[in-house]
Amino acid sequence: MKLKKGVPVIDQGNSLGFWGGKFGGNFVPETLKKPIEDLEILFNKLKKDKKFITERDKYFKNWVGAPTRFIKLENLTNHIGGAQIWSKVVSDANGGAHKIYNATVHCLLAKRSGKKIICGDTGAGYAGKMLSMAAKKFGLKCKIFMGAKDIARQQPNVKAMKKNGAEVIPVYSGSQTLVDAVSECMRFWVANCDTTAMCVGSTVGPAVFVRICGWSTSQISRELKVQLIYEFGSIPKKLKLYNCVGGGSSSFGFWNEFMDYDKKQVEFIGVEAGGPKKSKKHAAPLTYGSKIGILHGAAQYVNQNSDGQIEETESISAGLDYPGISPLHCFLKDTKRARYTAASDEEALNAYKLVTKFEDLRPSLEPSHAFFVALKEAKKLSKDTVVVINSCGDAYKDRGILEQRLGKKYVKSN
Amino acid sequence: MSNPISVAFKKARAENRPALLTYTVAGDSSKKQSLNILKAISKNADILELGVPHNTPVADGSQIQTSAYRAIKKGIKINDIFRIVRDFKKFDKNKPIILMGYYNMIFQYGANNFLNKCKTSGVNGLIVVDLPWPENKDFAKKCKKKSIYFIQLLSPTTTSKRLKEIIQNSHPMNYFISMLSTTGGKLKVSPLEILKNYNRIKKINPKKEIVIGFGITDKTIGKLKSADGLVVGSAICKEITRSLNSRQNPVTNVGKLVRKLKNRIK
Ligand SMILES: Cc1ncc(COP(=O)(O)O)c(C=O)c1O
Repeated sequence: MKLKKGVPVIDQGNSLGFWGGKFGGNFVPETLKKPIEDLEILFNKLKKDKKFITERDKYFKNWVGAPTRFIKLENLTNHIGGAQIWSKVVSDANGGAHKIYNATVHCLLAKRSGKKIICGDTGAGYAGKMLSMAAKKFGLKCKIFMGAKDIARQQPNVKAMKKNGAEVIPVYSGSQTLVDAVSECMRFWVANCDTTAMCVGSTVGPAVFVRICGWSTSQISRELKVQLIYEFGSIPKKLKLYNCVGGGSSSFGFWNEFMDYDKKQVEFIGVEAGGPKKSKKHAAPLTYGSKIGILHGAAQYVNQNSDGQIEETESISAGLDYPGISPLHCFLKDTKRARYTAASDEEALNAYKLVTKFEDLRPSLEPSHAFFVALKEAKKLSKDTVVVINSCGDAYKDRGILEQRLGKKYVKSN
Repeated sequence: MSNPISVAFKKARAENRPALLTYTVAGDSSKKQSLNILKAISKNADILELGVPHNTPVADGSQIQTSAYRAIKKGIKINDIFRIVRDFKKFDKNKPIILMGYYNMIFQYGANNFLNKCKTSGVNGLIVVDLPWPENKDFAKKCKKKSIYFIQLLSPTTTSKRLKEIIQNSHPMNYFISMLSTTGGKLKVSPLEILKNYNRIKKINPKKEIVIGFGITDKTIGKLKSADGLVVGSAICKEITRSLNSRQNPVTNVGKLVRKLKNRIK
């Protein structure tokens, strides 16, 4: 399996949508074949259309807020005493997380295709919140599917969705988390694909959704490249990019522009959710060697039993609590372009405490997983190494969990 | 020897009626009970579809999901399903059985292994909900080598060009999804409209048997009689749930429901 140079990774799939010949594809009911093909034709055309790109960039700049900050975490750097520690503060983006890029692009596509309704899934509630914002902006009706367990633990985002006029549909099946929300959203699309567009909240799902999402979040690395050159004069000789990985949209977007660099120069480190230390359950299919299976229309490494039933996951962070992983990351893992590891619930909480103690930055529980691994590794790295962590979400949505686990003082200034 | 599925269609046609296909989930609500349900309905059903329960079924509505979760909770495994088929065939060896499920289960078992087991236990056909044309080309070929029908799904969204291509490459039986819906949805288009679409498909190659499924109940089945075959699934799963909730015997109740369905299409 080989990664090609000079070709965007989202376009490296074969004619059936498989990366590396085996990840991704379109394992979908017959009813969805046509709407997926229509979306593919539209997306392939528009991504080459200068006017469309200009329109996208205009919304990214004026509405999403580009670029998000790239800052040095001086205090943490001094405290850790190893590599220089920097952060790309993607949570600066309108709405507070990277999910806004994909949501914006899907709404632009929905408008072009004449659809009046858009449906989407959400775990942490950010994908849903951003879709509700974009839908409102572009005059689309919005339906969000969300697991009942996630509705209970991510209330601030649920409130935001409702305020934006979206209908939030609780999903009670299975583990009542993201995996069930995506299933239910796909079912809704099967029954309503004539009137409704679907937005999948991460780089998962049938191949075209993986591609659209990866294309959208790549804005992050486009900005970062410019910012690195501005700060350092060129791309640093030793650069390490740490990102949490749920479905894989923020990490893919954070890395995409650096794909063709040698990994000795620009290393990618993906951090999955290891779950509670005491639990056997996790949401880290790449780290813990899960087998290839099919979930939500795509072949990928996925937590499952020997019969092929998808296994329940467990993580403190709703956004990472997903048994599968983007086909793009399966491809990056097997081609050895990226390295994957996991952080436990407790480790993520510790990282959150450390970051908020030293810096004026409040990463949500998802990026806190990445901070844990980055800070641990930074200690052993040389001073000329540049460590960058994508702080892709803001902790406001996690205040309930943080208060419960760490006490009131960790949420007071939010 | 012809596939019992084709024999069943011939027999129904001789009686001037569509074939009645039932769908139940293997292991719902227990291995033994699902076998007993098959035995109880085999007199009135022409072809038995047996669902392979999966816990992330993206094309199934709430009734079939409930049945599947119930079966999985009771611990059903693929090998149990083959055992149910084998035991049923000892009871009624000529009644065709079709397994219906999602591809991951087959993928994990290994496609060749799975088909060998289908063959030895007596499975006559397969429907794989999330393995559409042309992704299913290779798998369908493997089925053919074992004389197992791979049943292609057709939907109201399938374009004319695609319909022709699929039917041209299909085995003797195909399945037309009546409307844009998951299983168990209310019939949201008129039977007349469904039959219009059905006839359009049928014309492409009249020799292929086309069954209609999704949303069919004892209320609507009579209006679709002119099709080659009609599938009732969610209504049966719902009857199992209702029976369990009211502490009645699902085996007798489903038996009665299937008899009623048969009477409506005679
Ligand atoms: C803040 C944040 N980070 C990360 C994720 C994980 O998703 P992905 O891996 O697609 O970036 C989510 C998902 O909801 C999120 O809200």
